[in-house]
Amino acid sequence: MSRTLENPIPVPAEGFVGDWWTPAMMPDPSLDTKELSSISGISVSPSHHPLHSSMALPKTSYSVISAFCSEENIPQCITYINQEVCSLGLTGVSLETKAGVVSAVPVLNLLYEVLQLQKRAQRALHDLETQQLKSSSDLEHLQHSSCRLKDQLEHTRRENSGLHEGERQLQLRIKTLQNCLKSEKEEVQKLQNIVSSRATQYNHDTKRRERECTKLKERLNQLLVDKRDKKLSIEMSNYVGRSDGKRGLWKTSKMEARHEGEMYRALLGDYETRHRSLMTENSELKKVLQLMKKDMIAILSPKKVLVQPEPADDSLEQAVSEDEEESGDCSRESVEQSCEQARQQLTDSIRLQWRKLKSHMQRLDSQASLVACQELERDEMMSRKEQEDEMQRMRLELQQCKEFIHMQQQLLQQQLSSPCDEETAALLNDCYTLEEKERLKEEWRLFSEQKRNFERERKNFTEAAIRLGHERRSFEEDRAAWLKTQFLNMTPFVERKRPALSEAYGALAVSTEPEAKLQSTPPLLVTKSQSNSVFSTPKSAPLKMPSTADLYRTLHLIPESRGHGKCPSGEMLTKSRLRNCPTDCSVISLVRDENSPV
Amino acid sequence: MNFSEVFKQSNQLCKVSPDGKYLATCVQYRLVVRDFSSLQIVHLYTCLDQVMHMEWSSDSLFILCAMYKRGLVQVWSLEQPDWHCKIDEGSIGLVSSRWSPDGRHILNTTEFSLRVTVWSLCTKAVSYIKYPKACQKGVDFSADGRYMALAERRECKDYISVFVCDDWHLLRHFESETQDLSGLEWSPNGCVLAVWDSCLEYKILLYSLDGRLLSSYSAYEWSLGIKSVAWSPSSQFLAVGSYDEKVRILNHITWKKITEFEHPATIMNTKAVVFKEVEKRPVVGSEDLSIHQLTVDNSLFSTQSKYEITQLPAQVPVIKPDPERANPKIGISALAFSADNRFLATKNDNMPQSLWVWDMQRLSLLAVLEQTAPVRCFVWDPRRPRLALCTGNTKVYLWSPAGCVSVNVPVEGSFQVQSLFWHCSGSSLVLLSKEHICLCYVEAEEEK
Repeated sequence: MSRTLENPIPVPAEGFVGDWWTPAMMPDPSLDTKELSSISGISVSPSHHPLHSSMALPKTSYSVISAFCSEENIPQCITYINQEVCSLGLTGVSLETKAGVVSAVPVLNLLYEVLQLQKRAQRALHDLETQQLKSSSDLEHLQHSSCRLKDQLEHTRRENSGLHEGERQLQLRIKTLQNCLKSEKEEVQKLQNIVSSRATQYNHDTKRRERECTKLKERLNQLLVDKRDKKLSIEMSNYVGRSDGKRGLWKTSKMEARHEGEMYRALLGDYETRHRSLMTENSELKKVLQLMKKDMIAILSPKKVLVQPEPADDSLEQAVSEDEEESGDCSRESVEQSCEQARQQLTDSIRLQWRKLKSHMQRLDSQASLVACQELERDEMMSRKEQEDEMQRMRLELQQCKEFIHMQQQLLQQQLSSPCDEETAALLNDCYTLEEKERLKEEWRLFSEQKRNFERERKNFTEAAIRLGHERRSFEEDRAAWLKTQFLNMTPFVERKRPALSEAYGALAVSTEPEAKLQSTPPLLVTKSQSNSVFSTPKSAPLKMPSTADLYRTLHLIPESRGHGKCPSGEMLTKSRLRNCPTDCSVISLVRDENSPV
Repeated sequence: MNFSEVFKQSNQLCKVSPDGKYLATCVQYRLVVRDFSSLQIVHLYTCLDQVMHMEWSSDSLFILCAMYKRGLVQVWSLEQPDWHCKIDEGSIGLVSSRWSPDGRHILNTTEFSLRVTVWSLCTKAVSYIKYPKACQKGVDFSADGRYMALAERRECKDYISVFVCDDWHLLRHFESETQDLSGLEWSPNGCVLAVWDSCLEYKILLYSLDGRLLSSYSAYEWSLGIKSVAWSPSSQFLAVGSYDEKVRILNHITWKKITEFEHPATIMNTKAVVFKEVEKRPVVGSEDLSIHQLTVDNSLFSTQSKYEITQLPAQVPVIKPDPERANPKIGISALAFSADNRFLATKNDNMPQSLWVWDMQRLSLLAVLEQTAPVRCFVWDPRRPRLALCTGNTKVYLWSPAGCVSVNVPVEGSFQVQSLFWHCSGSSLVLLSKEHICLCYVEAEEEK
């Protein structure tokens, strides 16, 4: 009966389960289907339960499987199962018997719960297994590493012990060496003691021997004297005269004194000669020193004047040279003196001078590089000097005039004041004074005019000086540029630069033309600036340059006869440039003057 | 350069009279006096025994011949050939005999340095000086012959006595600050006495004529010290050669060291010139090697030599002294200033083949002469800066600032130059071999 009941149940149940559960039960479909198939395969429905829980169920129950549930003990089974399920913690799900018939739904629910439980257990088991695997591998690894570490430890321990052993041995060696050293030291000490004792012994012995020797000698001497050695004799045919022809003298105290005197005389003579030689040496050295000093002064003073013609420096220089002369005099005096301080003075002055010379030499060194430029500069300086002289002269004249005026004023006042006492005389003189006054006034006017003139002239002069300064600056710039070009001419780029330069100079030459200046002022300004640029930076000779020249050529500003403007060869160019240089400068200054008011 | 014929001599006894007129030689017990220019025999004297020592008196009138074995001294007069004088030192023995500077007294040192006997030829008087010290140079006369310094040893202390030679008056007697005085020497101007200690201690003391200690100098301690001392003729420098192979130059004002000359085995100084003597044997073809030539031409055996200038740095041959033996062959054993004070010649014992010449103006090494044989003797020309040296072979060598020459002595048989000295005029050299002498006239070379 159960069979009939049970048989139709699984099929719909299967279909039901499959339809109902598939969406939710995705994780283990194979297991599920297998189980289901097995279930379907096995006709006996309860048989599958113990099969699945074979691990949990004891074998006895397995053997009893067939006898677990029968028609008779269904309720017992159910209670048993219920109990079991309860113990498993699946509350709320229990099998009920309705009149001895087991309803399928709770069974299935129970079954499902159990399955779920089993699955969970399975999964947990699986997890645990993997965990166990992992931990076991970890363990293995740890074991390995611990093993390795142990080995290492052992190794280091062995090493350590080896080192300890070595150290111990070394310590031992040190100890033995120290012992050795100590013994050696002792030995040395002992030997030293021996040596010194021997030395003293030896010295003592030698002294003893020597004493003995002298004693023996003494005795021998005594014996010889006592014995009256007959053999000791001199045989001579006749006496010989003294080598100096004089007779021998008796030994007297006078003689002794004479000997002493002679000795001291000899010593004194020696000291005197030595003193004299030292004196001559000293004086010679002094002479040399003096000569050196003179030379130094000679070298220092004239050159400085040449090198630095500026008024401020000049006065300074004069002061310095005076100082030098003074010191020179002082040293000259000191040569005559011969005491400590004089020597000090001399050396000091020499040192001072030496320092000056050194600084001068340094200056010369720095100037040596600019010698060429200085030569150019010199004539300008000369002109400056002339101007200064002129200025000085004019100042002097002015001063004289002032004095003259002042004197005249004084005289006038005197003349005016003196005749005040006598009115008659005053009256008489009045006309004269009036006349004179008139004359003086005239003169005064004239003088004031002259003064004004002077003032004006002076102003002009200052202006000229300012201009000169400007000029000088520009010249210096030019010079710098020229130096630069010189320098650049030496560089390998020179071949490339030359044509541009020649063009530039051509342009410059154009600017010197007064017609050009007159005809068009704007181009002149351009040329000027360009020429300046040529001087300052020939490297950046602008591309405009030939174009300006071309422009002039096209404008027929350059006469075709002027060959030097487009001179192609470098040598010719330099020559022409040199020739043109001063004129160029003057032109520039002129232009500057014209431009300055603008 | 000319050479005279060869004369016999014995015991290296050959002296030129101080005035340069005569040449005295001893041949066994005979004394031969020759005119120096003609080399004709002027006088011939016969002594009682073989002469051991011979010396001219300062005025060139007397010659002293000492026969130490017999304790005898014989004096001969040049003016009166029949005048004679014999001094017998008796049983006490004689080890040294010398003239006093006046040429009228003879100082005899007895055996064991027992005493110095002063015999007067003027009065026959005899006087004794006790306790003379037997040392390297215990007696020295000042250059002007006025004073004599004598080293003495009494009660194990060194003393110095200064005598006036005129009447042997004891001028000064003072203790010297030496452990074991080894020598003393007057400065050429006679005002300073240099006294040096034995080689065990480097110490040189300078005493004034009146016995004051002017200065003392010690370069180092604990090592063998002074080996030789020389004054410059101007008394300006005192050169001290020592066992450390250095020469130290002291000045006469502060008596401090001016400089020291080292004798390095490798000469690096580029300003010095190293002259190396190079021997070259004459190349003889086998067909020329006949008996005739062997007997006649003795120059076959004598080798020619010349000097070559060695490139610097140059190595100087050095011998290693035996440290076990006393008086080791190391250090400066001889030094001599040239007459004009400009040069100093030195010889270092462990470089026996080399002679060093120093420039005293620049205080630097000027030349090194490297000979093929050890240098035996070197002497400066008394007039010119010219140095003559010999090495015991048949050649005589000359050095001057201009250069170096080597001259073979062109005499029959081999003439091995053992020593040499200059005639006082500097015009000729006297060369001595073991048993012969030969005169070498070098004036011609100078003229050239």
